[in-house]
Amino acid sequence: MRKNKFLTFYACLVFGFLFLPLAIIAVTAFNTAPTISFPISGFTLKWFANVFATKSFLSGFQLSFMLAIVATLIALLVGVPAAYALSRNSVKGKKLLKSFFLSPTIIPGIVVGYSLYQFIVLKMKLPVMQGLLIGHFLVVLPYVIRVVGSALEQFDFSIEEMAWTLGCGKVKAFFKVVLPNISSGIVAAFMLAFINSFNNIPVSMFLSGPGVRTLPTALMNYIEYFYDPTVSAVSVLLMAATIVIMFVVEKTLGIGALTK
Amino acid sequence: MSKVTLNDINVSYDGKTQILKGLNLEIGEGELVSLLGPSGCGKTTTLRVIAGFIIPSSGQLLVDTEEMTKVPVHKRNFGLVFQSYALFPHLSVYENVAFGLKLRKMDKNEMDRKIKEILEVCDLTEYAQRFPKQLSGGQRQRVALARALVIEPRLLLLDEPLSNLDAKLRLNMRVEIKRLQKKLGITTVFVTHDQEECFSISDKVAVMNGGVIEQFGTPEEIYSRPKTEFVARFIGFENFIKLRRKAAQTYVAEDGSVFAVEKDGGQEECLGTIRPDDIQIVSSNDTGSNTILAKVEVRTYLGKSYQYELSTPIGRLVVNDGSGNLVNAGETMRIMLPSTKIVLV
Repeated sequence: MRKNKFLTFYACLVFGFLFLPLAIIAVTAFNTAPTISFPISGFTLKWFANVFATKSFLSGFQLSFMLAIVATLIALLVGVPAAYALSRNSVKGKKLLKSFFLSPTIIPGIVVGYSLYQFIVLKMKLPVMQGLLIGHFLVVLPYVIRVVGSALEQFDFSIEEMAWTLGCGKVKAFFKVVLPNISSGIVAAFMLAFINSFNNIPVSMFLSGPGVRTLPTALMNYIEYFYDPTVSAVSVLLMAATIVIMFVVEKTLGIGALTK
Repeated sequence: MSKVTLNDINVSYDGKTQILKGLNLEIGEGELVSLLGPSGCGKTTTLRVIAGFIIPSSGQLLVDTEEMTKVPVHKRNFGLVFQSYALFPHLSVYENVAFGLKLRKMDKNEMDRKIKEILEVCDLTEYAQRFPKQLSGGQRQRVALARALVIEPRLLLLDEPLSNLDAKLRLNMRVEIKRLQKKLGITTVFVTHDQEECFSISDKVAVMNGGVIEQFGTPEEIYSRPKTEFVARFIGFENFIKLRRKAAQTYVAEDGSVFAVEKDGGQEECLGTIRPDDIQIVSSNDTGSNTILAKVEVRTYLGKSYQYELSTPIGRLVVNDGSGNLVNAGETMRIMLPSTKIVLV
C-alpha cells in the first residue's frame, strides 16, 4: 500500500491531541511543586503517599468500586434478558423500545442526574446508598443492552432452534447454547458498564449524601480546596489500573470484544 | 417409521398476510417427500410448522394418529438439518452429536457407543475432536446430519441442506442422504428449490406455490404430467399454446391450426404445453399433422444443442435442437409438436 505522508502526519496530530494532556497530567504527578504545573521542578512520590493518606479518596474508591460492581451486575441481570427479548421476538414497537433503552446515553448526564434527584431523593426519600445504586444502574443499563444485543444479533438464531429440536427447553437452551457463545459480549458489556459507572460524575453528584462520596466526586471536591498534584497522582493510578485491565481483556478476548 | 398428515393448515403473519392457505399433505411411512417451489412459496414455513417453530392459526398436524399441532419443539423428537447447518460453535464434533443424547438421560456407555456408531456411518470418526470452525462445508453438513439422526427421530426434516455445497459435493451428499434415509427407513421431509436435486432424491414431490400445494405426486408424474401452468413452467415447460377442444383428442389453436393431443383431459379451453426438447424440426415439405411453419428469431448456443426462438402463427415457441443442422436467424423451418408430448393444463 502507498503511504500517504499527509495522512500519517494527520493521524499523529490527532493521536497527540488525545494523549498529550494525559501524558502531562502523568508527569505533573511527580512534581515537587505544591500546585499542578508544567514543566516540573523536581521528582517526588509524596503525592502518591498523600493519595493513600486522604480518607475521602480511599472511601471514595471503595464506594465507587462497590457501586460499579453491584450496579453492573444488576444491569446484566436485567439487561441480558431484555436484550434477548429485543433480538429474538418481533415485539411491537421494537425499534421504539430499542431507542428508549438507549436514551440515557443521549440525554445529558446532568439532566438525568437532576431528574433522578427530584424523583429518588426529594419524592421517594430513599437512603443515599439505594439512590446511588438505582442511579448508576440506570446509567449503565443502556450499555449492557446495546453490547449484549449486538452480540445476540450476530449469533445465528437457528443454532438455538436446533437445540430445541434436540430436546432442549428454551431456558435450558439459553444457558447451554446461547450464553457460551455470547460470553465475550457479556464481558465487554461488563467492562463498559463498570467504567461508565466508575467514572460517572453528574448522577453521583446529585445523589450523594453527607459523608458518602464516590471517587470522582471526592476528586472534584478536593480540587475545589487544594490544587495540588495529589489529583494527578490519583489519575495516574486510575490510568495504570485501566491499562492493566485492558491488557488482560486484550490477552483473553481480544480488543475487538470492546469495539464490536 | 411414522406417517405424517397435515390437515387444512393455515398460517398467517399479523393476521393479515396468509403464508399457508389450507394446506393438505399426506406423507407415508418411510417416504422421502420433497417440498419444491420458488422462494416465498411457503415450503420452509410448512417445514417449520411440522418442526413446531410455527403454531398454525388453524389446522392439524398428525404424526401417525397422534395430534402434534401444539406440542412444543423440544418434545417432538424430530431431527432437523438447516441450510446453515447450525452447529454449536463452542462444542466439538463429538459433543455436538452428543448434545441430544445427553438430554435423554442415557447410560454413558450406551451413549458413547451410539455416537461412535453414527460418526462411523457419517464418515466422521477422525474429526470427532475438531470444532465446527475447523471443518469443511461437506464435513459440517455430515455433522449436522449425524446430530439429527443420533436421537433416532420420528421424522427427519431437511431445509435446503445442500444449497451451501459446491456442485460435486452436492451430488455425493444427495446420494448419501438417500442411502441413509432408506437404510434407517426414516420418514423425511426435504425442502428445496432445485428441481433436479428434488427429482433424484424423492419418493414423492409436492410442488408449492403461493401457500398451497399445486401438485403432489411421484417425480415421474410431475415431470411428464404437470397439472397446472405454474407446475409446468417451474419444471421447464417453456411453450404454452391457447387451445380450444374440437373433438376427442383434437384441439384447435387461435389461428385455426389443429393439433392432435393424445392425453385428452376433456377441458373445453386450456393451454397446451410442451418442452423445448420435445419439439422436432422436420423437413420443409412435411405437412403432416401437428406441424407448423416457424421463423427463426434468435439462435443461442447451449453446448449440447442450439436453442431457437421462433415466431409462429400460434405464438412464440422455443425449441432445442441437437442435430447440428444450423438454421440462421430470419430463415424459416417446419416444426412438429408430437401428440404424445403435448400436455394440457
